[in-house]
Amino acid sequence: MKKGGVLPWLYLAPSLLFLGFFLVYPTLHTLYLSFFDERSENFVGLQNYIWALTSEDMLIAFRNNLLWLVLFTGLTLSLGLILAVILDRVRYEAVAKSIIFMPMAISFVGAGVIWKFVYAYRPANAAQIGLLNAILRLMNLNPIGWLVNRATNNFAIIAVGVWIWTGFCMVVLSAAYKGIPKELVEAARVDGASEWQVFWHITLPMIKPTIAVVATTLVINVLKVFDLVYVMTNGDLGTEVIANRMYKEMFHFLNFGRASSIAVILLLAIIPVMLFNIRRFQEQEAMR
Amino acid sequence: MKMKKKLAKAFSSLPLHLAIITICLIWLMPTVGLLISSFRPRNDVLTSGWWTVFQHPFDFTQYTLQNYVNVLSAQSMGRAFLNSFIITIPSTLIPITVAALAAYAFAWMEFPGRQLLFAIVIGLLVIPLQMTFIPILRIYNRLGLAGTFLGIWLAHTGYGLPFAVYLLRNFFGSLPKDLFESAYLDGASHFVAFFRLALPLSVPALASLAIFQFLWVWNDLLVALIYLGGTERVAPLTLKLSSLVNSLGQNWHLLTSAAFVSMVVPLVLFFSLQRYFVRGILAGAVKG
Repeated sequence: MKKGGVLPWLYLAPSLLFLGFFLVYPTLHTLYLSFFDERSENFVGLQNYIWALTSEDMLIAFRNNLLWLVLFTGLTLSLGLILAVILDRVRYEAVAKSIIFMPMAISFVGAGVIWKFVYAYRPANAAQIGLLNAILRLMNLNPIGWLVNRATNNFAIIAVGVWIWTGFCMVVLSAAYKGIPKELVEAARVDGASEWQVFWHITLPMIKPTIAVVATTLVINVLKVFDLVYVMTNGDLGTEVIANRMYKEMFHFLNFGRASSIAVILLLAIIPVMLFNIRRFQEQEAMR
Repeated sequence: MKMKKKLAKAFSSLPLHLAIITICLIWLMPTVGLLISSFRPRNDVLTSGWWTVFQHPFDFTQYTLQNYVNVLSAQSMGRAFLNSFIITIPSTLIPITVAALAAYAFAWMEFPGRQLLFAIVIGLLVIPLQMTFIPILRIYNRLGLAGTFLGIWLAHTGYGLPFAVYLLRNFFGSLPKDLFESAYLDGASHFVAFFRLALPLSVPALASLAIFQFLWVWNDLLVALIYLGGTERVAPLTLKLSSLVNSLGQNWHLLTSAAFVSMVVPLVLFFSLQRYFVRGILAGAVKG
């Protein structure tokens, strides 16, 4: 490695300027703004935070983000894991993987339109144009307004999230699964272990670190979920989420104090993940 | 006997194949439905399900290109398509160039605070972009950068940098040390080592990064919404599509073709460069 007085800083300068201007400075400034009123003129102490943690709309948003956190993370992880394991046994693995991974390539807005169409609702006596309600009619059930009905709308949007992200979990977990030494699995089978036992006592413990990484990624994404909700229901009818609420406070109500406090709450939720990332990196460095 | 065994084996794995094929169909169906609908005339889309085309799939009179003609001209999706390219290409090239310089410094130069600075970059990786919108938008409004291509290029550069620096630093750092040391001994400057060694050896990493950043920007709704929000003239596809969802509401024949116009570039990239695509997505999924 070469020593070089000013030279390193010349290489770093453009990046540091961009990072400082677009990430570091605004993060600190938003923190500051969160203690001021809607037009950033008067200091209001913790008032915005009290609002953010107690108002009806925000409580709904917190509930929904929690619902996303549990259902979305749980479903994508388990589906991804199952697919990683069973696809390993068939010859058309590559094709199946392409199909399931494809939604990762398209935008959330595009996915939102695709699924709004799947969920489309027509009264019982009309011909259904949405796939899901057509299936219900086929079974002689009444069609459901999936995105309008408060009992189903959150689940309907979460299902779209699962549709998009399962492929991601599958591909990462599949790579880890294929990394498990074959001898280990063979030895267990020779000793008479059933497929279930192999899965629980060998596969799962071996790919646990990868599961942790995938889960972290999902959690970060779930906390900030925005596009899907914005396109599919715009947070109406009890489907509000934190990030969409912040957008509304910022552009519809022009309340910069409240919007800032919501952003800070998002950041606080993500800080543990950030520390985890940094620590993991330092461990990797120590091993280099 | 052998034949019988084979048959028994095939039979016992039948449920497995059925399960996989069912999942693949579920994953494929929503997109296929959208694609078929986008080629159906208005009245057909609004009065019958897309699956009814399978009653006579080769009756080509039931398909039309009219929806695409409509969205590309009357709904100005054509302009948005061009805008998406104008936004995405510089927003991919600038951050990669800037990041490569910094990544080289982090990997092969020595300077005080190197570890700490890089740990900060990793921390910035997960900052919710929401934290930055209000301060940056205020500055943009003052400088007249809101609603301009320059403004969004710079913003995407800032937001894309942490991940780009992180990925390239790891890749540069994994290149053989001897190579660089002998180059320095032969009197190569950092400038030469960067252009003649680091960059040419990192083409796969640069390709994955470019694809990831390209798709991230192409599919982005939130950043475009904030910084280009009200300006129709510069709106990219995602923005245009999401506003069509609001304004066209139940006009499914137009929405379906509009959604496909926005998806065509990512899908082509996905199917033609799948290897790089998968690597880019996997490495970049933790990005803020």
